[in-house]
Amino acid sequence: MISVRVQPEDFDGGAELAALEGKGGGAVASFTGIVRADDGVEAMTLEHYPGMTEKALTALADHAMGRWPLCGVTVIHRVGTLRAGDRIVFVGTASNHRAAALEACTFLIDRLKTDAPFWKKEHRRSGDSWVDARSADDAAARSWD
Amino acid sequence: MALDILYFAWVRERVGIGGERIDLPAGIGTPLDLANWLAARGGGYAEAFADPARLRCAVDQDIVPLTADLANVAEIAFFPPVTGG
Repeated sequence: MISVRVQPEDFDGGAELAALEGKGGGAVASFTGIVRADDGVEAMTLEHYPGMTEKALTALADHAMGRWPLCGVTVIHRVGTLRAGDRIVFVGTASNHRAAALEACTFLIDRLKTDAPFWKKEHRRSGDSWVDARSADDAAARSWD
Repeated sequence: MALDILYFAWVRERVGIGGERIDLPAGIGTPLDLANWLAARGGGYAEAFADPARLRCAVDQDIVPLTADLANVAEIAFFPPVTGG
């Protein structure tokens, strides 16, 4: 019921949604994150902490399963070098009703941003820079405590 | 006791390596103690650990405060606040 993947490869959002639709619930919600071309960003490199990343994402999915009546959770996060416009993250939830699916999906992406060990380095023509954590993301994650 | 230390993102870049194994020196009880001990090595370590308030850490793959207890820990990681998603 829980599928967590950390991978350099792209993913097929349609296939992931179809798999969740096959879980027997009445509602599927999802979030797909795309690399933005902010301020001339041409690409970014995603670093992570192998082992802990999968553990942290699975713990979040387990928490969501315990908090909402879900019949499926899928979390996919890409690592390595991605270009502007590339898919970077997918969160999908399946439930009997829309509120649980939508809330659990929002919870998962909010908490993924503060609890999972990923770091983004942006590549611009002018040079490379590590992305700073945003206080707005911390506030969004804490709103689920 | 042997302790594996891992470094990620700009901490890794400043230190210059992804990780190392050390014998935990006597008197090092918390990640903050260890960060200050590493900073005292100078060079890239001093740059990476100059301001512990900018660092986060995980012990045995769980995020913990820099004031956590290091007793019986096998692996510790130092890194900046996470920025995935």
